[in-house]
Amino acid sequence: MIPEFEKFKGFKAKNLPKDEPLSSGHRACQGCGEVLALRMVMKALGKDVIVCNATGCMEIITSPYPHTAWKVPWIHIAFENAASVASGVESARRVLARKGKIPKKHVDILAVGGDGATGDIGLQFISGAMERGHDFLYVCLDNEAYMNTGVQRSGCTPYGAMTTTSPPGKKSFGQVTWKKNVPAIMVAHNIPYVATASPAYFVDLMNKVKKAALVKGPAYVHIYSPCPTGWGSAGERSIEISRLAVETKVFPLYEVIEGRYIISRKITKPKPVTEYLKGQRRFRHLDEEHIEYIQRRVDAEYEKLLRLAEMD
Amino acid sequence: MSKRVGIEVSIAIAEAVGLARAEVIPAYPITPQTHIVEHLSEMVANGEVDAEFVPVESEHAAMSCCCGSIAAGARTFTSSSSQGLSLMSEILYIPSTMRLPIVMVVANRAMSAPISIWNDHQDIMVQRDIGWIQTFAENGQEAVDLTLHAFRVAEDRNVSLPMIVNIDGFTLSHVIEPIELPDQEEVDKFLPPFKPRYKLDPRRPISMGPVGIPEVYTEAKVAHDKAMKKAKRYILKAWDEFEEIFGRKYNPVESYRTEDAEVLLVTMGSISETAMTAVDAMRDAGQKVGLLRIRLWRPFPGQEFRKAVGKAKVLAVIDRCLPPGALCGPVGAELRSLFYKIPGAPKIFSFVAGLGGRDVTVERFEEIVDKARAFAKKRPRELYEVIGVREK
Repeated sequence: MIPEFEKFKGFKAKNLPKDEPLSSGHRACQGCGEVLALRMVMKALGKDVIVCNATGCMEIITSPYPHTAWKVPWIHIAFENAASVASGVESARRVLARKGKIPKKHVDILAVGGDGATGDIGLQFISGAMERGHDFLYVCLDNEAYMNTGVQRSGCTPYGAMTTTSPPGKKSFGQVTWKKNVPAIMVAHNIPYVATASPAYFVDLMNKVKKAALVKGPAYVHIYSPCPTGWGSAGERSIEISRLAVETKVFPLYEVIEGRYIISRKITKPKPVTEYLKGQRRFRHLDEEHIEYIQRRVDAEYEKLLRLAEMD
Repeated sequence: MSKRVGIEVSIAIAEAVGLARAEVIPAYPITPQTHIVEHLSEMVANGEVDAEFVPVESEHAAMSCCCGSIAAGARTFTSSSSQGLSLMSEILYIPSTMRLPIVMVVANRAMSAPISIWNDHQDIMVQRDIGWIQTFAENGQEAVDLTLHAFRVAEDRNVSLPMIVNIDGFTLSHVIEPIELPDQEEVDKFLPPFKPRYKLDPRRPISMGPVGIPEVYTEAKVAHDKAMKKAKRYILKAWDEFEEIFGRKYNPVESYRTEDAEVLLVTMGSISETAMTAVDAMRDAGQKVGLLRIRLWRPFPGQEFRKAVGKAKVLAVIDRCLPPGALCGPVGAELRSLFYKIPGAPKIFSFVAGLGGRDVTVERFEEIVDKARAFAKKRPRELYEVIGVREK
């Protein structure tokens, strides 16, 4: 077990931190699940943090000069390289603390990016930073497509989803590939902590982020982030959709601590995937055959996860 | 006291970076830069330098990592070349407008295709407009001195701009030369600790690298341009201070036997040493030929260059870069623009030479001077000529 976890009692719904390192007044869309998740991430981390933000929705909506929504030190360099920037910040702080140029007090280093910045264009950079073992946490806010540029498909776009570059047509039904399993790729780096989280289970999300920050070495949290604009869903349903994603086993919640899989929320009576798919315009065109395939594959993927958890 | 040693130039550069007390060194290997980063890695491993050597997975990550470490307040150095420099290209524009004073040594090398590990200036000319201060070294001593100078200038709060020292790959990076390595005390006197005005610090939170909406983007770029223009004063000042401590004098443009010269060769980098030999030979034969060497390439020292040209009638500019379809090479184009419509301006011709490691000999310089004289009498069809092309 990780020794740093012993001192951490965990957040409770009753005693959440009052600090808001990410302030309101930013320019996110109504009902944005991503900025809500980011707000919880920041509440969990508090003030002693340096944020390295990849280009994307969160960077754009929080930083139109001369405004900023950030009450903590924040840097944005480019799209794919937040993990490399974080590597630099971490290395700098290590040497500066050793030389007595900055206080020895621990400061968390957060790299944060969307699914494109993480699983596609930034994969090499994250892989490098994880492999080198920098003491930082990487949070992927996964809204399942390139939303900032206008809803193009990414490797994390789910099977069948309509995006502007995976349009359903006479010869296509939307995204033809299954969602890339980025957390599994992170697990393959043998880092001490990997987790998935959802803004519908916000205490669980905050606890996972805090654990990722506490652990020595690299940690990764993959957070499901509904995008009403890109998904064609009602803004007020973002939390409901997040919960359905978990209850239908579409987006299971788990931790991988030092390689050991632990299911955070075991789904014993799963709802059918149709419950999740309906009310999202991106899935509206799917016929029964495709929905049946999605159900079978979701079940199979969940079985695989259960087997990984049982092996421990 | 400084000591004079026979040492490979790459090793000497690494020693200079160590003497500068660099704190974070993110680096990715590429020929012919490797000996610099290998030696730095060794110095860190032996505890000779108290620094973090970050063995990143690409040059793009190297420059990204540099941005993070310098923003967090650590003295930051990296080195690259050619394809690697181009892979960094997306990021290179960012620390310069963000005013993050990273120092980089570029071991200049040709660009693919065909793949070539040998020397010319095509890699850095691709990056001409990234907004970094850029100098070119002629020999090993200069490479060491300009590296120390780069830290001093870049981190000066009046400048706060990243800086590149260009050294020719192999012809400079891999040769052993007698070099005077300064001692730690002298370097500490010349180079104070890095104290950035702004850094990532939870005690004083700031946002770095925000979105530039159309109402502010132009102003951000104008501020960068003004900073580059203003930097020249501090570049020269640092050279003056360098001379006081180390006794070696540097100028943005160096003149060699330019008195009463009719034709001036214009060079950058290590090729200048051969050019001097050629000038000596031509002077011995009674020709009024001299040499101008551009040491400071960005910001371009226009005033100093015009003064150095004096009354010369012809400039034979050596461009170590062939931009296909352009009117002439980049150095030639820069100088044509400098002298455009200036009364009594010299005639300017660009000679593309020494691509991909092709030697430029004393005889070639003589050929270039002859051609420049002929072109001055009868204007050639093109503004440039490629020298030393094999006919078979």
